[in-house]
Amino acid sequence: MESVMPVKETRIPAQPFKDKGFCLSYHKHMVRARILEERLIKMMRSGDGYFWIGGPGEEAFSVALGLQTRKGEGPAYDYLHLHYRSNSVVLTMGAPMIDFVRQMKNTVNDPFSGGRNFVSHIGKRDWNIMPVTSTIETQYAVAPGTAMAQRRNRLNKKDFGVTVVVGGDAGTAEGDFASSLIWASRPDFELPMLLIVTNNKFGISTPAETQHGEKYIADRARAFGIPAQVVDGNNPEKVWSALETAFDTIRSTGKPYFLELMVSRLNGHSSSSGALRVNGELCCIETFEKKLLKSQWITEEELEAIRAEAYAEAQAAHEQVKNEVYPEGHTFQDHTFAGGVRGGIPGRDF
Amino acid sequence: MAQAIRMALHYGEENMGVTDIFGQDVGPPLGGVFTCTQGLKTTWNTPLDERGIIGAAMGLALAGQKPVAEIQFCDYIFNTIDLLKLAGNNNWATNGQFPLNMTVMTPVGAGIHGSIYHSHSFDAWASRLPGWKIVIPSNPRDAYGLLLAAIEDPNPVLFMHPKALLRIKGEELIPGEPSDEKDLKERIDAPLGDARKGWKPNWPALEFAPTPIGKAKIVREGTGATVVTYARHVHLAKKVADKLSAEGVGEVEVIDLRTIYPYDWAAVSASVKKTGRVLFLNEDTEITNFGEHLLRRTIEEHYYQLRARPRVLAGAHVPGIGLAPPLEEASVPQENDIERELREMLSELT
Repeated sequence: MESVMPVKETRIPAQPFKDKGFCLSYHKHMVRARILEERLIKMMRSGDGYFWIGGPGEEAFSVALGLQTRKGEGPAYDYLHLHYRSNSVVLTMGAPMIDFVRQMKNTVNDPFSGGRNFVSHIGKRDWNIMPVTSTIETQYAVAPGTAMAQRRNRLNKKDFGVTVVVGGDAGTAEGDFASSLIWASRPDFELPMLLIVTNNKFGISTPAETQHGEKYIADRARAFGIPAQVVDGNNPEKVWSALETAFDTIRSTGKPYFLELMVSRLNGHSSSSGALRVNGELCCIETFEKKLLKSQWITEEELEAIRAEAYAEAQAAHEQVKNEVYPEGHTFQDHTFAGGVRGGIPGRDF
Repeated sequence: MAQAIRMALHYGEENMGVTDIFGQDVGPPLGGVFTCTQGLKTTWNTPLDERGIIGAAMGLALAGQKPVAEIQFCDYIFNTIDLLKLAGNNNWATNGQFPLNMTVMTPVGAGIHGSIYHSHSFDAWASRLPGWKIVIPSNPRDAYGLLLAAIEDPNPVLFMHPKALLRIKGEELIPGEPSDEKDLKERIDAPLGDARKGWKPNWPALEFAPTPIGKAKIVREGTGATVVTYARHVHLAKKVADKLSAEGVGEVEVIDLRTIYPYDWAAVSASVKKTGRVLFLNEDTEITNFGEHLLRRTIEEHYYQLRARPRVLAGAHVPGIGLAPPLEEASVPQENDIERELREMLSELT
């Protein structure tokens, strides 16, 4: 099943948010992402998956990142060290819905982990999407390594591939966040890194203001001389513009940039807290739709048709995956090592 | 042994595509606290950040580089344990998409009066890192060969060099190594003081001569009992075995395991079947010691071939190695401890 809106079809004009076609395309990406997450939650509740975690509420940002990322394999392209709320980034880049549905169902043909990992734990080598982990913030310790390779292997002196690292606000309490700031800004060895914190003001159940004394997380980046912005991550236009500035700066200078994006967490932390819709959180899609309606670029009927189309896509993916199988038990050691050693106990298992 | 490590790294960066050799004080001017990285082309110094070092190595490997990272003492590797876990599971968790061709070097063990935080062992901890290969040489030739094998291997490899052996001279020359010790020193040891400025090593013409990972070595043949050991205790075991032989007490076979994982069970098994008596010897702390795993396999697979009860002789379960010589001697196995165990074992009636 192919994507309804592959990334190649999203034309990016000079002033994107004054362009009706672009805005409608952007909106469609957001809706598909949301409906995918709703389907994944439904799968979890109906027993077609053991656990859900994802990113409803981060679509305004994630679609922008998916569209602005330079997609490909190797240091000339952008490396993405994402977190487990980033499905919509990869969906926007062109991954079909069924890829995520397969990971939810832990089927043998789950393209990200072969049925081994939770949903939203994406790894996709051909698009430089580094393995998403459950360990919080470790991606910030790993990201400087890919950025070093990009610093060394850029295509020309004026253009860098960018290492993008994304994590939440609670994770910034981990030491790996500080490590990343230090390694990104070593004197005379600055790295082409875009460090992004999506700030939803919660760590599972713990409000950020009960644990963090700093006014802005971005101030911590500024202390290292890294340019930083605090941005309304629910506003597609603002987050698009901030990302564009960040990418342009990094590609031309090879130096790091920091964005703190204020976002919503619409369904709580994960299925562990029920994944129920949380009252009082602003929905970036509803807000954007009001704007589109006010501009008379879309009608209620057309909005409903877009939702119905995305719903049908997710439903079809779910129906197909229901009949797909788990990996066979005897494959449990496969890929422990590359190059022939199977794993397990020497002399007994191999 | 320090020179052997240096020569292997030189061979690696000249002929095997090693891109980065890094860690605290690894680059100029020091070239490592044990001089293992003097005079190399691709060395650089890092912040004092072990997690950053392991993370950077992972990122570089993810981006197709070939890094060799050093943790200055294994005593300081403990705060990286979850990153080591991730490095070991990256390929498995992504169903074979992300093998990590990275090597981590770290000095291990007691024997230099290193007190509490320069005497730790890491072999038992390392054996619980699925996805890693773990090697530990006992002599310069194996240090050279195992490091080349580590660099060549497409998986993460932990190279643990016993710090008490870093100044020993080997019996076997490295292929290409000058036979005159003084000649080698003049060629590759950096001069002290101002003479170091502008100094360049004059490397001998070295050869690709890896020591296979997973292959033990019988360093002394015998039929009366087997000692399975590694690192500096190979030398202690051999010395005791020679003494017992001279006294006519018995002929002890000494196996240098060389690889903790994937260990050479075939070699251990064959020797146990031959002698019926086995001592597993190392200096890591004795509760959940790696030798205990080998003991379990011995009992499960060779119970009816044993002629005496098998044993583990390991470090005491203490929080650290005390600085005063009597404390260190009481904490890690000494010659007299090995001799006592072997005499008892050889005297058991069958």
